[in-house]
Amino acid sequence: MKKIGMLLLIVLVVSTGLFAQGAQEPVEKDSYEIVILVKSMGNGFFDACFEGSKQAAEELGNINTTYMGPVQTTAEGQIEIIETLIAQRVDGIAISANDADALIPVTKKAMAAGIKVISFDSGINEGGRIVDLVPSKAELIGRQQVQLAAELADYSGDVAVLSASAQATNQNAWISWMKEEIKEDAYNDMELVEVVYGDDAPDKSYREAVALMNKYPDLKAIICPTTVGLLATAQAVKDEGKSGVVEVTGLGLPSEMKGYILDGTVGQMALWNPIDLGYTSTYILEALITDKADGAVGTTFDAGKMGEVLVEDKGIAVMGTPFVFNAENIEQYAAIF
Amino acid sequence: MDKSKIKSLGKMIIDRREASLVILLLVILIPIQIRSPQFLSITNIDRLLNDISILSIVAIGEFFVILSNGIDLSVGSVIAFSGMASGMLNEAYPGTPIFIILLLGIAIGAVMGAVNGALVAFGKIPPIITTLGTMSIYRGFTFVLSKGTWVTAHEMTTKFISFPRTRFLGISALIWMALIIIALSYYFIRFTRSGREIYAIGGNATAAQFVGVNEKKIRFLVFILSGISFGFAGSLWTARYASAVNEMATGFEMQAVAACVLGGVNFAGGAGAIPGVVLGALFLGVLNNALPVMYLSTFYQVLVQGLVVLIALIINTVVDQRKMKKLLSQRRAS
Repeated sequence: MKKIGMLLLIVLVVSTGLFAQGAQEPVEKDSYEIVILVKSMGNGFFDACFEGSKQAAEELGNINTTYMGPVQTTAEGQIEIIETLIAQRVDGIAISANDADALIPVTKKAMAAGIKVISFDSGINEGGRIVDLVPSKAELIGRQQVQLAAELADYSGDVAVLSASAQATNQNAWISWMKEEIKEDAYNDMELVEVVYGDDAPDKSYREAVALMNKYPDLKAIICPTTVGLLATAQAVKDEGKSGVVEVTGLGLPSEMKGYILDGTVGQMALWNPIDLGYTSTYILEALITDKADGAVGTTFDAGKMGEVLVEDKGIAVMGTPFVFNAENIEQYAAIF
Repeated sequence: MDKSKIKSLGKMIIDRREASLVILLLVILIPIQIRSPQFLSITNIDRLLNDISILSIVAIGEFFVILSNGIDLSVGSVIAFSGMASGMLNEAYPGTPIFIILLLGIAIGAVMGAVNGALVAFGKIPPIITTLGTMSIYRGFTFVLSKGTWVTAHEMTTKFISFPRTRFLGISALIWMALIIIALSYYFIRFTRSGREIYAIGGNATAAQFVGVNEKKIRFLVFILSGISFGFAGSLWTARYASAVNEMATGFEMQAVAACVLGGVNFAGGAGAIPGVVLGALFLGVLNNALPVMYLSTFYQVLVQGLVVLIALIINTVVDQRKMKKLLSQRRAS
């Protein structure tokens, strides 16, 4: 009996020591393993995210990045992968979540095991990650739209906005910031004449765009912060023979807008760029792993070429101003998303 | 011309459904012209006609079904599927001649219409239920076909996109297409046996059967006709708006039905004519195009649109009742 007792004691002591080591702060290592866990494999958007992560890893030098994702876009698939990652003791995971809540228990477990977890693109709710990286915010998007239009229209003339539906929350928030931006001195010769709604229907958007050109002879630019509206407006401007007279800009997917950007109808447009998302996620994970930052509200991350990323309320980190696409870079991005 | 003749001519005009719609159209054009003087310019009328071409084609298809005392709610979904298929065909095989793409649209429409027709005519399922179901099924097919992606301008050939805009004798191909459909339908419904049988079935199906009209055949036929017109419209839609989006033409059934009802087609079947339907489409087109240029806020636009349509319908009904009364009194007198 005594022997068994001693044996038990030894096992206990040894194992406590082992566990204690497991919970310790990460030891200094030459290289850290991180995983970019996406919604599903075979999606060009996420391939591009990983492309960005590889770029960042190269710049940082101490990061080894791996690309993972379930075959189908399910939370279960992602949970399984996270379980294995916990067993493998990776250093950090950046997740584009298939469910904002379902992943929380498993990501909590991962964080308890010392793994730094952040979400990007499609966030995990508070508690299930250290920070959630969002591409941009209403103020930056709205202000940039006016800047893009002004650059195209040489800072003069009438500008109109063709939005989705009148109740679209995102678009309305962006538009209210557009109205703020155009009050600035730089836009003294410009006027935002009207906001119209195409309801994200190609035919209605087309009709509204034609009506705008009819109504305002001095119209120099139309801003469409929605892809359907942007497509329809570009076609309407082209059909009316007003390419180059009425400039078109907005938020649009490169693969859908490629033709109009190459033919000059849409001089430039913006959207968050998946490469930048993966890039920034990797910088944030590295900073968390090496204790350069803790992701507390009000602190910032240094994100290489993307500049500083501020952590705002609820641990939401805002990457920055959307990426600008033009005739020079559209081919490259249209192939991705 | 003596006074009584003028009086009877005046009465004839008031009694014609189409005439009352034309008068109404002129009445709403007055405030539009005052608020926005460029509205009746040649270029804008050209724009307007281009805009209503697809609606006219679709409304005529809907007209056949309503005339037979049915309704087809799958309009938007058939347009979407055929439009998406046309766009994808053009993307995958850029060398395909345009008439083949249009034929594909027509064939898809005919098949989808035949399914609706078979369910209604042989399955005895009420048209509204049948097409409510196929409306989501066909929309679902669209998503499955496209895997949720779009076909946009640069993926299609310039030839296909510029086709509706090509001008022949100063009129765009799109308007020509609508004119051809209008002419063919007018001939069919007025001068062919099947055309007249649709009126008979819609007016009184039992009586029509007694005089030898094949009810099933006619009910099947009207859905094929409507399917063809929707499928054709789908191909044109994709070329015209230079994009095939999964959600395209959502809610278009309301426009199509409204054009018919405004044009004096009896909702219970049996009465109505092609010129009326075209006028109904024109009426809606004027509203759709005029309201955005009238310096009215978006929120008022919706309200005004509903109000004008309602007033038009009330006037239509009043004219109808007058006609009925007159007929009754004539019968009593004789």
